[in-house]
Amino acid sequence: MNTYAERPTNGEVEEDDDEDEVTGNGRAWERTYAEDRSWESLQEDESGLLRPIDDKAIYHSQYRRRLRALASTAAVSRIQKGLIRYLYVVVDLSKAASETDFRPSRRAVVGKQVEAFIREFFDQNPLSHIGLATIKDGIAYSLTELGGSPESHIKALMGKLECSGDASLQNALELVHGYLNQIPSYGHREVLLLYSALSTCDPGDIMETIQKCKKDKIRCSVIGLAAEMFICKHLCQETGGTYTIALDEAHFKELILEHAPPPPSIAEYATANLIKMGFPQRAAEGSIAICTCHEEAKVGGGYTCPRCKVRVCELPTECRICGLTLISSPHLARSYHHLFPVVPFDEVPPSVQNDPIRRSPSTCFGCQQSLLNPGNKPGLSVTCPKCKQYFCIDCDIYIHESLHNCPGCESFRHSKAE
Amino acid sequence: MASGPSKLYADDVSLLVVLLDTNPFFWSTFSLQFSEFLSHVLAFLNSILLLNQLNQIVVIATGCSSCSYIYDSSSDSNPGSEFGNMPRLYSNLLQKLEEFVARDEQLLKAGKQGAIASSLLSGSLSMALCYIQRVFRSGPLHPQPRILCIQGSPDGPEQYVAIMNAIFSAQRSTVPIDSCYIGSNNSAFLQQASYITGGIYYRPPQLDGLFQYLSTVFATDLYSRAFLRLPKSVGVDFRASCFCHKQTIDMGYVCSVCLSIFCEPHKKCSTCGSVFGQAQLDVASEASRKRMASDTKWCSGSNDKIGTGIVEVCVKSACRSVVGCFTGFLGM
Repeated sequence: MNTYAERPTNGEVEEDDDEDEVTGNGRAWERTYAEDRSWESLQEDESGLLRPIDDKAIYHSQYRRRLRALASTAAVSRIQKGLIRYLYVVVDLSKAASETDFRPSRRAVVGKQVEAFIREFFDQNPLSHIGLATIKDGIAYSLTELGGSPESHIKALMGKLECSGDASLQNALELVHGYLNQIPSYGHREVLLLYSALSTCDPGDIMETIQKCKKDKIRCSVIGLAAEMFICKHLCQETGGTYTIALDEAHFKELILEHAPPPPSIAEYATANLIKMGFPQRAAEGSIAICTCHEEAKVGGGYTCPRCKVRVCELPTECRICGLTLISSPHLARSYHHLFPVVPFDEVPPSVQNDPIRRSPSTCFGCQQSLLNPGNKPGLSVTCPKCKQYFCIDCDIYIHESLHNCPGCESFRHSKAE
Repeated sequence: MASGPSKLYADDVSLLVVLLDTNPFFWSTFSLQFSEFLSHVLAFLNSILLLNQLNQIVVIATGCSSCSYIYDSSSDSNPGSEFGNMPRLYSNLLQKLEEFVARDEQLLKAGKQGAIASSLLSGSLSMALCYIQRVFRSGPLHPQPRILCIQGSPDGPEQYVAIMNAIFSAQRSTVPIDSCYIGSNNSAFLQQASYITGGIYYRPPQLDGLFQYLSTVFATDLYSRAFLRLPKSVGVDFRASCFCHKQTIDMGYVCSVCLSIFCEPHKKCSTCGSVFGQAQLDVASEASRKRMASDTKWCSGSNDKIGTGIVEVCVKSACRSVVGCFTGFLGM
């Protein structure tokens, strides 16, 4: 992080790095320890022994803060979420992406996390599309066009992770704007920039481009890997996106995965519309047909487009012949939990737990784990405001992040009817 | 999630979470007595515990107005001791079950809803998944979990979203949901659950031999399944039904805000109340067709230059008719 000032002079960067190896950061073998800062995850207990920090409580409080923040934004605006998203992920592969402040390098970390992000994104938004673009040598390149298949995107990105030259924010935005402008009006247009550079090298007035994106309702978000930049902040503010800076790899992962669930309160960006979709039937076993996705004759399997009767291998997809969106009902159902989120649970204050009259149950309703710490002291627990059942914090996280059902509310009919 | 091989927890140690349907409205009208059914199931549970001493069983009762854990073999401190002349498993389970049925009945009376045909499968599934997460958290060495739903009552449509959420969560943590459905018509929920999570769906044709079916089909651990010819899924109908007429449809209109499905175009969404813009349906598909055309993989040649795009569209339309012929010819 200490060589940014000298960055513009190209030739010296290599040398600087070499010098750092010896003087600044010590020997290579020492660096692994220095990077991990393993001593920071230790604390002293009452008898003076070193113990790993009990980060469960800290983790949980962080998680709850995030949950509350989400719930409050949802309460202010109507709960409408852009479920049909068209997202362009722009990866900055300028020279700055070869920096090694992230291990092994920024671009390797970005590549790895983008792969995880693409999988998570399609898991959460089965009806959405992703496109990939890169910035290199001051020019923006389109890697993949908007599409719904995670594998093809990941494959395209993995082969193209070399970096050189400068970054250009304007070129990237212009390129992406050109693609996103074509998509139907019900779709939510989003751009996610993973920006390593600390400068932008633009051919024209970037403010005009930003205004253009704003006008066309393209929501731009940036995750920076170096330091905060005014132009990125301005871009995000203007277009309604978020601007965050990653501190380390774990933080970067957290930040990028925050973009996987559909963002709330941008519903007014897209007009409500009815979309024609096809629900193809699975083709009978043993029938032979040529699929349009691989151009191969296949026996059995696959689905038949109800409009033009061609065979496709996988759902969801868009029919390559007639352009009809082909999905199955579980794909729609996978998105429903965004519309009916589980209410955040309330933390149980210790006073209630100690109260002998209103004694709370001693086990978690979900997993039957004891809610008492060793030594029969009441531990952290939460309660659902609707069904008044008690849960342990692990179940609390699982229920809100993965299950999206409150077991208590689901297993009592009378509380459901209220 | 996959645990490394170890001596203690080999790949055939399983945690079986059984969801038992206790809906009184179903059992009172069903040909098989609940007591008979229970004797089959109890024998099956015992045989699971006998298969491997590390096997674990959890039983959750799915009632019509509540759900509850009724048995957990890991918290059974002394499984060897007998109560009267009944093994511990039976006495514990039966006692809890009795309490549960009585409580369920009280809740039902308090609810004043009359006869409820469906059971609260969504609740018991959610509880089972919470329990399984706890097992996952317990460390790298844990038994392989799976869920078995023994269900008889028909599906409750109001639980659709919740059950689907549970199914997807199970899929994400690779927990198969097996279903043994003993009711008269197939259960669409359980068929989907087993299909999506890679479990087995089976409807025993003869209930006299229920134990036989349970032990041959559902007792096998996940590792052994690869070597067995278990009942294949007959293919699940994933077509959606429209919200307005409940008809199964091939093609329909989906609200972009709330994803409700309609069989014909409307001015306003009846579910979320959003007013739709002017009918841009064809415009939309036109735009997407343009996009399709530009990334066509169908025709030979790359499409780096815009100039060739037009040519390709023409070629593509030719392809289209050829493919149409082909697929028509091959009997699709």
